[in-house]
Amino acid sequence: MRKIRTLLCCALLIGACASPPPQNNQQDKQAELVAVPPEPLNPYPSTYRAGTATTTLIRGATVLTGTGARLDNADVLIANGKIEAVGPNLSAPAGARVIDASGRWVTPGLIDVHSHLGVYPSPGVNAHSDGNEATDPVTANVWSEHGIWPQDPGFQTALEGGITSLQILPGSANLIGGRAVTLKNVPATTYQAMKFPNAPQGLKMACGENPKRVYGGQMRAPSTRMGNVAGYRQAFADAQDYREQWRKYERDVAEYQKKGAEKKDKKDSEEADEPPVPPKRDLKLETLAGAMNGDIRVHIHCYRSDEMAIMVDLSKEFGFKISAFHHAIEAYKIADLLAANGVCGAEWADWWGSKMEMFDGIQENIALTDLPQGGCAIVHSDSDEGIQRLNQEAGKAMSRGNRVGLNIAPERAIRWLTANPARALGIDQFTGTLEQGKMADVVIWNGTPFSVYALAEQVFVDGQLEFDRANPSPQPRSDFLLGQPGAGAQP
Amino acid sequence: MRKLIAIALLGCATLANAQTVLIRGATVHTVGEQGVLTNADVLIRDGKIAAVGSGLSAPADATTVDAKGRALTPGLFGGLSAIGVEEVSLEPTTADAGIILNAPPFEMQWRPEFDVTAAYNPRSVLVPVARVEGLTWTVLAPASAEGGTFVAGQGAAVTLDGRYDAVLTGSRSLFINLGGNANGMSAGSRAGQWMLLDQAIRETRSPNAQDEHLLLHPAGREALAKYLAGGRVVFGVARAAEIRRVIAFAKRYGMKPVIAGGAEAWVVADELAREKVPVLLDALENLPYSFDGIGARLDNAALLQRAGVRIAFTQFNESHNARKVRQLAGNAVAHGLPKDAALAALTVQPAEIFGLAGERGRIARGQVADLVLWNGDPLEVTSAADQVWIAGRPVEMRSRQTELRERYLNGCSRL
Repeated sequence: MRKIRTLLCCALLIGACASPPPQNNQQDKQAELVAVPPEPLNPYPSTYRAGTATTTLIRGATVLTGTGARLDNADVLIANGKIEAVGPNLSAPAGARVIDASGRWVTPGLIDVHSHLGVYPSPGVNAHSDGNEATDPVTANVWSEHGIWPQDPGFQTALEGGITSLQILPGSANLIGGRAVTLKNVPATTYQAMKFPNAPQGLKMACGENPKRVYGGQMRAPSTRMGNVAGYRQAFADAQDYREQWRKYERDVAEYQKKGAEKKDKKDSEEADEPPVPPKRDLKLETLAGAMNGDIRVHIHCYRSDEMAIMVDLSKEFGFKISAFHHAIEAYKIADLLAANGVCGAEWADWWGSKMEMFDGIQENIALTDLPQGGCAIVHSDSDEGIQRLNQEAGKAMSRGNRVGLNIAPERAIRWLTANPARALGIDQFTGTLEQGKMADVVIWNGTPFSVYALAEQVFVDGQLEFDRANPSPQPRSDFLLGQPGAGAQP
Repeated sequence: MRKLIAIALLGCATLANAQTVLIRGATVHTVGEQGVLTNADVLIRDGKIAAVGSGLSAPADATTVDAKGRALTPGLFGGLSAIGVEEVSLEPTTADAGIILNAPPFEMQWRPEFDVTAAYNPRSVLVPVARVEGLTWTVLAPASAEGGTFVAGQGAAVTLDGRYDAVLTGSRSLFINLGGNANGMSAGSRAGQWMLLDQAIRETRSPNAQDEHLLLHPAGREALAKYLAGGRVVFGVARAAEIRRVIAFAKRYGMKPVIAGGAEAWVVADELAREKVPVLLDALENLPYSFDGIGARLDNAALLQRAGVRIAFTQFNESHNARKVRQLAGNAVAHGLPKDAALAALTVQPAEIFGLAGERGRIARGQVADLVLWNGDPLEVTSAADQVWIAGRPVEMRSRQTELRERYLNGCSRL
């Protein structure tokens, strides 16, 4: 995986990877070559900076680590914004803030892999409708991050529900809707200041009814599921071709540089050859090539088991990996297939039926997705309400699983909204579990988080206390809510 | 009226099959004067609750159920919904909640005589899905959709036991949706909504009116006239200023108003309490989804209850997952509503609002035996209904979803 990524990164970033500094009369032309990377590494870089976090010792809690362990009466030590230690009877470093968490439960910060906060914010006025570039079935060139309104009050209410990281996706009107971004859930005036450092981008794709309804209604393709699949295939075939053009260019450059070096050795004074001309950048195909490279994680809105199986074949045809099926109402019918292919199912606990492709929803879906060896279930929201209580959604899913004898313990269920979404987003090396060295994204709950009465009391992001229920007055609120009489979701 | 009741009872009798059930040793949430009774018994006979107490003796013909201390509550209210009225929301041939006349604004037509209960299908798969989760009744609410009218028509409560004649007598109501979301149905202004309502009332009061631009047909005038004589009108409205206007309007024209939505109801809680206007609300609504609901907050329910306003829980535009209404109640408790008030807002309070409290909403002698036995705290998301009774009959605890579950739980995926 990592190898593939590196390899193809070089193919695309020929300039950045290119050989020794050019010299002599080659210099100008070589410099031009260096100056045309097809995609700068990070044109919209994260400016997120973790605050200077107080060293904090959380004492005497029931700790669900997200690794599958439950520690009773355990402590969590946070230092320099990272998890320093988890275990019994940790001693408080000098000057540490000590929080008595007896009777409380502590979990990793929750992660939602499916949110449209900021691109479909509150209030939901026309001017804020920035989540679907529904003008073409393939808009792999658009990035959700360029539509995010950081003042969406929903970010704060999600934080109050324990959400510390979230992926903002384009909507599902299109076959290929564009790139998704992962954010840290901190208040900011720009999205760059929320952008999760070093998190890979996502690619949003959509199966089924939505694209064919949107475009079929305009007498355009796709109007059928056949058209949907043809649309993905043509797009990826174009991207393969595009990738080949860049690979050829890479070879030409190498050849050109080799020739240049030979001429230099021979002290040849004849005129240099014209350098190879790079292919024209195509932002759509660049994104799809990135998905095939593994640089961009593929997230597919897909409900029916038969369609998910088609998408797995599609991914093999074009050599990309599907990170997760989102919504995946029928994942329980093909849980083994998903597990065998390392694909997560990101699902609701109980929503169903508003479309034909949602007609077979069952409340045991999440538990059954998680059941096979290697199964990866995720509780997701796709909702500014649901994201505020992913813990309750998990409680519903866990209890329904247990009601049919699956014996799911809280320490397993917590993975559905911490470690598993971190894995799907490719941020599991940074967050999602309470392990030494991970970001100190931590929630202290007033009791078991899998309860309708559960409330996040304190939420830490990189060790920084971002929400404190006992002291709500200084909590950041969206600019939008200022001066609005009576406004402001009360924690 | 009397005749209607008789017919309804006849319908009951054939279904109820005169079963006698003694539920023993339950934690009985009466939602009435008796509060919560521990280790109590409930006797069901002829579809009604015949006795509530401890140490009741089982009649010879009784089936006994040992509750083992589990919670027993009245059957829950499924909220305003389209259960049995829409099967798949996005499939027009299965979705019957509203009518769309597509009349241009200058020749607007209203059809308040539209009664959505005529579309009710008791054999809908949504009915068992709701029922096995403890929802025993719902109020079918007509919808205002784009191209339709903000006076959506009439709806009524139905029992979810699967009978054809499911409408509960006395619950019929008119539904009117106001505010910014309805601007497209009132020529672009919410003020136009009041203008048009005034016009409709004038037409109703002068039944011989002749004008090519009448809003109402004779049948519509007749329907509206009933509500002007003390009928129940459910106003979908969020903004505090408009809630006050509804109160004044209803008072002026003799309607019995109910607020549905009421994101900013807490702002005018004292007026609602004084005028005895109840509120149907979604306790999870805490974001300013529109400029009508800027003041939305999670303790809306608690604030209203504290002020003495009658509240009941509902979701909006959610029929398939109507069962989530329990979660609303639990969250309201987490944000300050007393637990007993939350359960009441799922049982006796909606029954009161829809004129059914004489028969439903409590566990008391003489009430219809709509009951739910829970495996835990009835408001908790991790709890489920172990057994449901409607009109004294045990509900088969199966639905299309349990059938799907069982098929695939047993490894039938045939990959």
